[in-house]
Amino acid sequence: MGIEPGRLHFSWISSAEATKYVDVAREVAKEVKALGPAKHFIKKRAEVA
Amino acid sequence: MLEYVEKIRKTAGKLFEEDKVDVFIGYKKGSLPMMNQPVLISNADQVDLLHWDSNCGLNLCNYLTKRTDRIGIVANGCNSRNIVTHITENQISRDQLYIVGIPCKGMIDHRAVQRAVKQKEILAIEEQGNTFTVKGKDFEDTFNKNDYLQRNCLVCTHRNPVIFDEMVAPPVEEQIEVDTYKDVKQIEGMDPEKKWNFFTRIIDKCIRCYACRNACPLCYCPTCFVDESNPQWVGKSSDPIDTMTFHILRAYHCAGRCTDCGACERVCPVGIPMRQFTKKLNKDAQELFSWEAGLTLDQRPLLDVFQPDDYNDFIR
Repeated sequence: MGIEPGRLHFSWISSAEATKYVDVAREVAKEVKALGPAKHFIKKRAEVA
Repeated sequence: MLEYVEKIRKTAGKLFEEDKVDVFIGYKKGSLPMMNQPVLISNADQVDLLHWDSNCGLNLCNYLTKRTDRIGIVANGCNSRNIVTHITENQISRDQLYIVGIPCKGMIDHRAVQRAVKQKEILAIEEQGNTFTVKGKDFEDTFNKNDYLQRNCLVCTHRNPVIFDEMVAPPVEEQIEVDTYKDVKQIEGMDPEKKWNFFTRIIDKCIRCYACRNACPLCYCPTCFVDESNPQWVGKSSDPIDTMTFHILRAYHCAGRCTDCGACERVCPVGIPMRQFTKKLNKDAQELFSWEAGLTLDQRPLLDVFQPDDYNDFIR
């Protein structure tokens, strides 16, 4: 699609797995930060004349 | 394929006479050449409306959803796979259906023919076996049907119905040596930037008319996510990002269900090749889960089963 590998993550976390949730969230944040800001798939606000 | 017409009419007539069906779903000639329409007939007097040729590209399975009467329906390879999908997804029950199977040799790509006659107005089309003739005001051209097949028909590997009560003709030979996913592989080889540009370019003409959704037998939700306004999942204007969201989500809703019947592309008023979205998902389903949609009633749909040997670690 043109979304870089590493920007989109999928995971299966049960509501009982709080620690796994934290770990995954940290990991995702780290990887996405490493990629830098997204260039595509950003909806710009309508310009007002 | 013209010789099937008589057989279809006779079968439909017989079904009504024997009181086996309440409605028969087939095609009739359209008001324009190459644009055959679906038709639902309810008695034996109307069977002469029924028609079959190489312009029956719309998917009749659309008209089955949640019907409660007894239905006779014609089905070629891809349509029959959609019927299977409908049955396994509980949209219709097998006992309600009398399926008249049609071995299919592919549908004509009406846009390719239009291009071949330099966009002049075609007033009539006639088929003669493997060739067809188009006529207009001051021209007449004959083409080889195989050179003008819809792109999905060119790579079709299921021409014969997978489910039927009766066939109108013996099965046709299946195409085996086709590289179904050649185009997908090409896109997979691009880097993310190129891919983004590619998909942005193919949908940039989209006017968000949702014809692709309406023609698709898989899209039977009572309220589609694009029509919902509370909550509003996606913007309704033709903003390129909203349009991309629509196309990605539309394709994902067809994951593991699409039979590549090509109805979406056929009906698109601006000619977007949106099969490029669904084909990638079909390829993944086949490579990762050995799955092709709608081949048998014995298997649950791909996305409602779980296998302990799933290829992803996170789900185990």
